[in-house]
Amino acid sequence: MQLQGKKVIALGERDGVQGSAIAECARSAGAEVVLETTYCFV
Amino acid sequence: MAERYNPSELVVLLGTPNAESSRLYALTVTEGDPSWAGALAGVSLGLPVYHVLEEPVKSQVAPEVYEEQVALMEMVLEAGEITHAVQDVRASTGPRA
Repeated sequence: MQLQGKKVIALGERDGVQGSAIAECARSAGAEVVLETTYCFV
Repeated sequence: MAERYNPSELVVLLGTPNAESSRLYALTVTEGDPSWAGALAGVSLGLPVYHVLEEPVKSQVAPEVYEEQVALMEMVLEAGEITHAVQDVRASTGPRA
C-alpha cells in the first residue's frame, strides 16, 4: 500500500488518534486528505 | 466521498482506540456497517483500510511528524491487537490497494 498520491479519508477518534493527527501523517507521506474527522462517543 | 472518487485512489486511515472499534470501522468501509444501524448498512464500499499504527502506514510517514502526532498514543493503545483486527478485515474482504 502506497500513500503517495492517494486520497486519504482520516477517521480519528477522541480516545484514540485524532483525525488532525492522522491527516498530518498522511500529508507527510505525500497523500491528499479529502476528509478529516474525529469522532467522540462519550 | 467514495462515490466522488475512484475507490482505487482512496485509502481510509483509522485512529480508533481499540481492536473492537477498529474492526467495526474497517468492516463499515469495506463490507458495510456490520451493526446495520447506520447509513452504510448493506453498502459495500470496498475501500482499502489501515490503522495509523500499522507499520505499512508508519513507515511512510516522516518520522518527526509521526513522533509529534502519534507517538504518545502509540504507547498507550494496544497496537498489536488493533493491527490484527484491521488485518483480519482486509484478509476477509480480499486484496486491497
